[in-house]
Amino acid sequence: MDEPIETPPTATPPQGEAKPPPKKPTKKPPKSDPAPAPDYVLSSSPHIRKAISIRRIMGEVLLALLPATAFGLYLFGPHALWVLSLCVAGSVATEVVCQRWAGTRVTISDGSAALTGLLLGMTLPPQAPWWICLIGAVVAIGLGKHVFGGLGYNPYNPALLGRVVLLISFPAQMTAYYSPGWWGVDAVTSATPLGLLQEARIRSMGLGEATQLSMSDAFFGFMPGSIGETSTLALLAGGLFLLWRRHITWDIPVAMLGTVAAGSALFWWIDPSRYMPPQFHLMTGGLMLAAFFMATDMVTSPLTTRGKLIFGFGCGLLTVIIRLWGGYAEAVSFAILLMNSAVPIIDKYTPPRLYGTGKPPAQGPKS
Amino acid sequence: MALTSLIQRFRSFVGGIHPPYHKDLTDHQTIRQLPLPERVILPLSQHIGTPATACVKVGDTVLTGQMIGAADGPVSAPVHATISGTVTAIGMYPHPSGREVQSVVIESDGADEWVALPKRDGIGGVDNDTLRGWIADAGVVGLGGATFPTRVKMSPPETAQLDTLVINGAECEPYLTADHRLMVEEAGRIAEGGALIARILGVGRVIVGIEDNKADATVCMEKALTRLDPVRSGRLDVTVAVVPTKYPQGGEKQLIAVLTGREIPSGGLPMDVGVVVHNVGTAAAVSDAVLLGRPLVERVVTVTGEGLAAPGNARVRLGTPARALIEAFGGGEQVGKVVFGGPMMGVAQFHMEVPVIKGTSGILVLPPEAVTLEDIRPCIRCSACIEVCPIGLLPNMISVCAEQLAFAESEQYHPFDCIECGCCSYVCPSYRPLVQMIRYAKTEVRSLKQKAPH
Repeated sequence: MDEPIETPPTATPPQGEAKPPPKKPTKKPPKSDPAPAPDYVLSSSPHIRKAISIRRIMGEVLLALLPATAFGLYLFGPHALWVLSLCVAGSVATEVVCQRWAGTRVTISDGSAALTGLLLGMTLPPQAPWWICLIGAVVAIGLGKHVFGGLGYNPYNPALLGRVVLLISFPAQMTAYYSPGWWGVDAVTSATPLGLLQEARIRSMGLGEATQLSMSDAFFGFMPGSIGETSTLALLAGGLFLLWRRHITWDIPVAMLGTVAAGSALFWWIDPSRYMPPQFHLMTGGLMLAAFFMATDMVTSPLTTRGKLIFGFGCGLLTVIIRLWGGYAEAVSFAILLMNSAVPIIDKYTPPRLYGTGKPPAQGPKS
Repeated sequence: MALTSLIQRFRSFVGGIHPPYHKDLTDHQTIRQLPLPERVILPLSQHIGTPATACVKVGDTVLTGQMIGAADGPVSAPVHATISGTVTAIGMYPHPSGREVQSVVIESDGADEWVALPKRDGIGGVDNDTLRGWIADAGVVGLGGATFPTRVKMSPPETAQLDTLVINGAECEPYLTADHRLMVEEAGRIAEGGALIARILGVGRVIVGIEDNKADATVCMEKALTRLDPVRSGRLDVTVAVVPTKYPQGGEKQLIAVLTGREIPSGGLPMDVGVVVHNVGTAAAVSDAVLLGRPLVERVVTVTGEGLAAPGNARVRLGTPARALIEAFGGGEQVGKVVFGGPMMGVAQFHMEVPVIKGTSGILVLPPEAVTLEDIRPCIRCSACIEVCPIGLLPNMISVCAEQLAFAESEQYHPFDCIECGCCSYVCPSYRPLVQMIRYAKTEVRSLKQKAPH
């Protein structure tokens, strides 16, 4: 046969030439007129849609953060509420300003700016001053999101970008942690477990006071730290909810947490007098918050399962390296931002398996 | 001779979606016989390929089954009068594809007087070329919607090594139950047609693929196949394959992969992996064409949707305007959208006078409240489209390229492998019209290639 035979698979008559997509579906008048002009909607297939939207996804992620947020407020008191509120309000306000300025539609109702604000607040110390919160919000939304074109175009996780800019610019305020307690005025300065470990290492004092942390306190979250990062239990609950709702997939958290566990276990096994066991690393610092809520950020993580596994592995590996030998006590923010830079190249080399190429999956009758 | 069960269960394919099916609106309704239409509009292009050439004039009287358009060239199909009456016009009329197409209009004389059908006494001594000719003369094309002339699919090149005929009864499109009802009510015609096609192709294996939401159809098909002579004598190996209900299970590429474990190479055809696929309706039409000498003048159509008071299935003369059907099934007042085909791949219509053609499997009437037009948001890289793509494409990347008019770049994401099933658009939380953008990219890449110097 001379011509290739086209056999589209199912029920559609030959489609006309495609209309340019950005054009919204239009109502067209009929060309000839055996009938009065109808008023039907014309649009390209498919004609049904799943009940899902950006707003719904963001709403459910906010819901998943509720246990950790509530626990942070319980642990650190009203000032923590003040910090979170400032971050959320600052982020939403920054988004309004950016979008007004750019002359685009204001899309704060989709909840993405509020989510960025909440995540930023959860990574700040409970006694953070008001200006830290606002600078963080402006940097996260302005520099982290809108300079790149807004939602969907940002290469870096905005909340983490905001946090890291703050950490580098204002190290004193960003590393001033307090013992859990309700009333900020009386709060006692206290380093985080990772801070203690870092200090001991720099002074060549072995593991120092970090060994005194009770693992059950760490699991429930009764320890100094950022507002939303201390409770492994609350974060796991939120993460499992997201997995169940399928807003995140298992690959990034499993690869990231698994790599941190394996890497820290290896060095703990080599020299337990210099390195802490893996359960300590899993439950301290921002790892749980990051593994379920930040590394999994759709916009800034790879597209396919293979890519996500590589990304999670990279995040975990960098976390271990920075925590064990780096100059900062906390590592996950840097680890994730560095891996965010690698996402385009990971995507390039991890496309999904194209039908008709390579080895097909097992098919055939069930026995 | 006693046979063991022909029914086997099969695994599913990668990707796909589970939309709300709404098949219960019509799947228990027997196929209705409607009063004859007063007027039919018969486009001369009801198939893929060269349009037929009109062979009647305005004013001619025609009988039902009389050829009014002759096939033009090897990839074409004739068109027959579907009622008896007078040709009142030949000209450009709206076609379900959205274009206007050369069509023949016939006003009914109310008599439905048929042409004399040829007498057929068995096909034992008839050679395959003659059978192919009978099928072509009857105007049979793929009734699953692709409308490819069936004769061409029955004439594989000498080099093709075919071993399997797949009869597609998956009917994975939501709402549609025309194939389902046909399998339940007229399984015998499908089975006969399947055996005929297998004989012409010279294949020894036939697999009928049916989704597991049509248990009654499975039983009926098994019964009908068991009665076939070649099956009783063991010359034909037949399986009724129960496949998981998942859209787009009825896609040729998916069904073949599920039933045979083979994948059609990119840009290839089912015959490249030894398989030919025909829809159940096509098999029934082949049986009529060969055993009864009856041309294709009617088909089963599901008329359905929440915009109708009494949805159902009907045997419809081709050329019947949509309006007549919609009114017969209790609709017409509250109409948001009229779709020819199913909700996933069907084409929205701007005109109630658009006629049913050979590829029309259903007419879906959605009420205004079911028609939503959402604002298109940027891609948030959630990868939902990638998870559901049954081909393994990156629909989001093709759409982003198309949006930026970067068509040459879009090609690295394999837009031409897209089967346009619509799963990606269905799941997109940003309401991006992904399939539409992929079609756009395909069109533009094709025209870029035509312009490029060779």
